[in-house]
Amino acid sequence: MHLLEPRAQPSQLMRWTAPLIAIVATLLAGSFLFWALDKSPIASFQVFFIEPLTTSYGWSELLIKACPLILIAQGLAIGFKARIYNIGAEGQLIIGALFGGGVAIYFDGSDSAWVIPAMVVAGALGGALWGALPALLKTRFNAEETLTTLMLTYVATFILSYMVNGPWRDPEGMNFPQSIMFGDNALFGILLEGSRVNTSVFITLFAVLAFWLFNARSFLSYQLEVGGQAPAASRYAGFSAKQTVWFSLVISGLTAGLAGVGEVAGPVGQLNLNISPGYGFAAIIVAYLGRLHALGIVLAGCLMALIYLGGEAAQVSLQMPAAITGIFQGMLLFFLLGADAFIDNRLRKPIR
Amino acid sequence: MIDSLIPVLAGAIAAATPLIFAGLGELVAERTGVINLGVEGMMLTGAIAGFALAAETGYGAAAGLPAGALAGAATAMIFAFFALSLAANQAACGLALTIFGIGLSAFIGQHYVSYSLPGLQPIAIPLLADIPVIGPVLFKQDAVVYLSFITFAVVAWTLAKTRLGLLLKAVGESPDAAHAIGYPVLGIRYGAVAFGGAMAGIAGAYLSTVYTPLWVQNMSAGRGWIAVALVVFATWKPTRLLLGAYLFGAVTILQFHAQGLGIDVPVQFLAALPYAATIVVLVVISRDRKLLQLNLPASLGKPFLP
Repeated sequence: MHLLEPRAQPSQLMRWTAPLIAIVATLLAGSFLFWALDKSPIASFQVFFIEPLTTSYGWSELLIKACPLILIAQGLAIGFKARIYNIGAEGQLIIGALFGGGVAIYFDGSDSAWVIPAMVVAGALGGALWGALPALLKTRFNAEETLTTLMLTYVATFILSYMVNGPWRDPEGMNFPQSIMFGDNALFGILLEGSRVNTSVFITLFAVLAFWLFNARSFLSYQLEVGGQAPAASRYAGFSAKQTVWFSLVISGLTAGLAGVGEVAGPVGQLNLNISPGYGFAAIIVAYLGRLHALGIVLAGCLMALIYLGGEAAQVSLQMPAAITGIFQGMLLFFLLGADAFIDNRLRKPIR
Repeated sequence: MIDSLIPVLAGAIAAATPLIFAGLGELVAERTGVINLGVEGMMLTGAIAGFALAAETGYGAAAGLPAGALAGAATAMIFAFFALSLAANQAACGLALTIFGIGLSAFIGQHYVSYSLPGLQPIAIPLLADIPVIGPVLFKQDAVVYLSFITFAVVAWTLAKTRLGLLLKAVGESPDAAHAIGYPVLGIRYGAVAFGGAMAGIAGAYLSTVYTPLWVQNMSAGRGWIAVALVVFATWKPTRLLLGAYLFGAVTILQFHAQGLGIDVPVQFLAALPYAATIVVLVVISRDRKLLQLNLPASLGKPFLP
């Protein structure tokens, strides 16, 4: 049962090839899954991973899905480096969407150009607030952030449900749990004619650059990393563990909140119960797959977006439930973790 | 007054039953040093496997519960391979298992959305059921509730009084020492994780074949996570877990009786209550660092490579 033994030195080669190994393993396991379902693996992969990219519309949809994933994962990566495990980005996204959406609903009919900026600020604040709460619980009361962030995601879902069933329900929406459709000045402007790609792309772009610089250049980023890898050394150097917790959770909440605004003021265009198809959870995988590196996350985000697109395509062409996306996501994370095990370890040689 | 409370209390006992199974399973795994955050995923896999078999065979919960246990244990083995044999990060592996389980159960469940099952009739235990208040609350329940009582007793007794219990705890406290005297640390952890998976699977199958006998996507609705939180709340002690589960059962059931009890609050706030309560109990228990440190299995979450 013991398959591994420690390496003398961590393998840098494995660190960067592990994501590729994980992707190949996921494809292999996926083939097996399709084969078990009596579908031709090659034809299925054609539908899943190739066809979405044969049209320019497909590429634009890839961008729309990749943006929130990349944005959230950038924020999460900060915390993961410091071993602060925020797994409730989905909830922070929802609260961000609620704050931003609230601004849109309150200023409905206004023709001010400031509605969108106000929504962005409100969404960032909302997300940051929902991240600050577990930070408070962790620093003040020592409560594990994994469980509190996740529980707060459920709470956020119910707050959203209450708002779109109650105060913010569209009076002309035939009792559906949804808000009014936002007006044009509460939506990001369309960038590419004939697609849904909008100016919120620039938020993600800015975030990638900002986090790249932050990771490469700042002392704070170094503090976070030391805190994660060697807590004792970090304490000895006088780095504050509490500051790390606050910073990680607030920043990751903030990016998730921004992603929430990007959805409601973008492709969704209103508040309803389907704001996010689990972007907050998928972004966790994106962060690890991208090696917690700003540019790596961009690549990983595109791949995850493709899995989402493929899931939708499989639903239409292969009559498969969209849940297949979750199966692929779970397999990808498992295989990535498995491959990562070989960074610090190697296969045990049999004893003779 | 007391008469109107009896259905609420009886409902709380039933609502707590899946938490007891899943919580006890996770407690045993954590006692050996393995934290498996995949309870939610294993529960859903158990729920759909149990539902599918119950529906296909026509034997109801009698077929569903064993099928759920098997499915839960099987998915737990995926976790165990990565988290134990490959010594990967346990928290992340658990998360992968949850994501995978949610997807897999929804995928299989697609075929079963319009089915419903008969459920189980309550069985009144002779004599005991006639005790005022306690009788109708505890002893007019379905068979699986009684099974949860028995499971609790067996787990509590095993951990406290048997060699096996001592061994499980030893592996969690000091895997190196257990390894040095020749116990198969990884084998014992595999066993504990499998037990945790089977318990989570039973919890899921109870939900889908007895508690609300139909399949709804994501029907465990965070109960797996609450079970994980309950283990912390219980400071890894079975009796406190049982009490915690009943407390949560009561909080969960409140939303269905709120109107009758004259509580006028939007339904979403009542539905959010168990999750908010989880945060509150985590805070209450975690702020006492000494209490937590005293009971925390020393090797919890740490991979073991001999």
